[in-house]
Amino acid sequence: MSAETLFGLAAAALCAIGIYGLMVGRGALARLIAFNLLGGGVFVLFGVVARRGAGAGFGGDPVPQALVITGIVVAFSATALGAALVERLAQLRAKGGAPSEEPEADT
Amino acid sequence: MSGGALPGLPPADMLLVLAVILPLFGLLPLLLLGSRLAERLTLLVLAAGLAVALGIGAEVAAAGQAATAFIGGWRPPLGVGLRADGLSAVMLVMTAVVLCATGLYAMTGPATPRAAGERMPTAFWMLLLCVWSALNLVFVAEDLFTLYVALELLTFAAVPLVCLDGKEGQIEAALRYLVFALFGSVLYLLGTVLIYALYGTLDIILAARRASVSPGLVVALAAMTAGMMAKAALFPLHLWLPPAHSGAPPAASAMLSAVVIKAPIFLLVRFWLDLAPESLAVKVGPILAGLGAAAILMCSLVALAQHRLKLLIAYSTAAQIGYLFLMFPLAAAASAWSALAWTGGALHLASHAFSKAAMFMAAGLIAEAVGHDRIKGLTGLGRALPVSVAAFGLGGLSLMGLPPAGGFVAKVMLLSAAVHLGNWWIALVILIGGLLAGGYVLRVVVPALQRPAAPLALRPVAGWREWVALALALVAVGLGFVPLEPSAYLAIGRPASWAEGAP
Repeated sequence: MSAETLFGLAAAALCAIGIYGLMVGRGALARLIAFNLLGGGVFVLFGVVARRGAGAGFGGDPVPQALVITGIVVAFSATALGAALVERLAQLRAKGGAPSEEPEADT
Repeated sequence: MSGGALPGLPPADMLLVLAVILPLFGLLPLLLLGSRLAERLTLLVLAAGLAVALGIGAEVAAAGQAATAFIGGWRPPLGVGLRADGLSAVMLVMTAVVLCATGLYAMTGPATPRAAGERMPTAFWMLLLCVWSALNLVFVAEDLFTLYVALELLTFAAVPLVCLDGKEGQIEAALRYLVFALFGSVLYLLGTVLIYALYGTLDIILAARRASVSPGLVVALAAMTAGMMAKAALFPLHLWLPPAHSGAPPAASAMLSAVVIKAPIFLLVRFWLDLAPESLAVKVGPILAGLGAAAILMCSLVALAQHRLKLLIAYSTAAQIGYLFLMFPLAAAASAWSALAWTGGALHLASHAFSKAAMFMAAGLIAEAVGHDRIKGLTGLGRALPVSVAAFGLGGLSLMGLPPAGGFVAKVMLLSAAVHLGNWWIALVILIGGLLAGGYVLRVVVPALQRPAAPLALRPVAGWREWVALALALVAVGLGFVPLEPSAYLAIGRPASWAEGAP
């Protein structure tokens, strides 16, 4: 089995776990983690595509490599936003559903 | 370069770039400003952006071909191309009008000095501009990865809008929205990487030229479609929409329900009518239409059972989304009638945007005046808040599909295309959906026009804000006066290609 096939299968497995987790996961935190697994699968797939498209003496096709960096940054900020919301929600619930004192939303 | 079709207007490629970056340039200084100055600057940017959108619309009409811009002069596949065809131009103008109205509705206003706490926070204006930039990018980008960035930008701007007040229920709704939206984006990214692997390009037009039905393309399009369905809240992935759209402040709800939700649908149109080979699109169209039909029937029934006005409107959004999916099997079919279905779908999209924004604004004013939005407590409101109730009613008229509203013409177009193409079940769903919409709109409007049992204790609301809502509703009704035929404007630049306007 070539390395590309192996990584391709790993990407597919990660995507499958992520989608499964998003569908059955309970609670926002579990779903955020599932989203990251799914995202991880997609990013590995980007790597596989880059490797498969290698040509002209390069070790890989640079376009997917450039894209995956953007993708990782976006997924990271999405996770951060989600985590901030989860934390805020936990704080509000700990106060017993009292409305928050600060008028600004925690964005 | 295709610009300079009209004297006195900047070249079209500059306008396309401006449509995307103008809101972002407007957004940056807001970081430093207080909410009063932020409001004024945003209104200025909104006016300028409306002019840009109208300019693009005029250039496209005058040139009779799509406006294109190549970033840095690099043409695809090396560079990133922006392109506005007739449909994109309509979407740009529609978004600009709705967002300008939202800005007017949300501003403090000269006549009614509101207390500092009641003013919209700076964050609202920043998010509004960010939503606008992301939407414009979705409408003009042709590059799959640029579209991914635009979609994520839209998510990051729309989710905080839901929880602007920071209440517990709002944050719950925002979190749920975020999970669905992220799921949608990452599935979209999966489809993007597969298409790149298959065809070696991210440009929709170039990929479409190479596309042939293969398992890889089917998986890619399936992932992207599922992702866009989650973002567009198509049944059965609509569960996030009602709490998110009903819990947000009214100005934010109007934006989310009227235009934000249209971006993923616009992309679905791109995928299935531009990217996918026709043989595949014809097979998938009925599946999308089936889900759309289920959305119309289920969500309309749920809307009938709501006790709160804003939830009713939110469920009605989830139902009206369904009509847009009915368009796919009709528009994908190779027939003279498909052009009519195409026009009908686009018209429904626009008229829904205007009427839904008007209804959410009216509902916000009603809630502000009455202090709640329980439908039972709105009896006799028509005397106290005639303009708001009229805005709600006229918006509802368009949803029901009664003449002369825009929704009527759109549904007639879809209906005749469905009948002539032999899709009788689509015709049936359109008719039943209209009846159900009539049910849930009249549930509110009829008691509102009755004599109140006890005089309503109302807080004053600014009259001009009511007129903003009514003006939007009138635009939705006015769309009913477009000619009942396939629109030539929407056909500009289709089928998509880069050949036109080549330098």
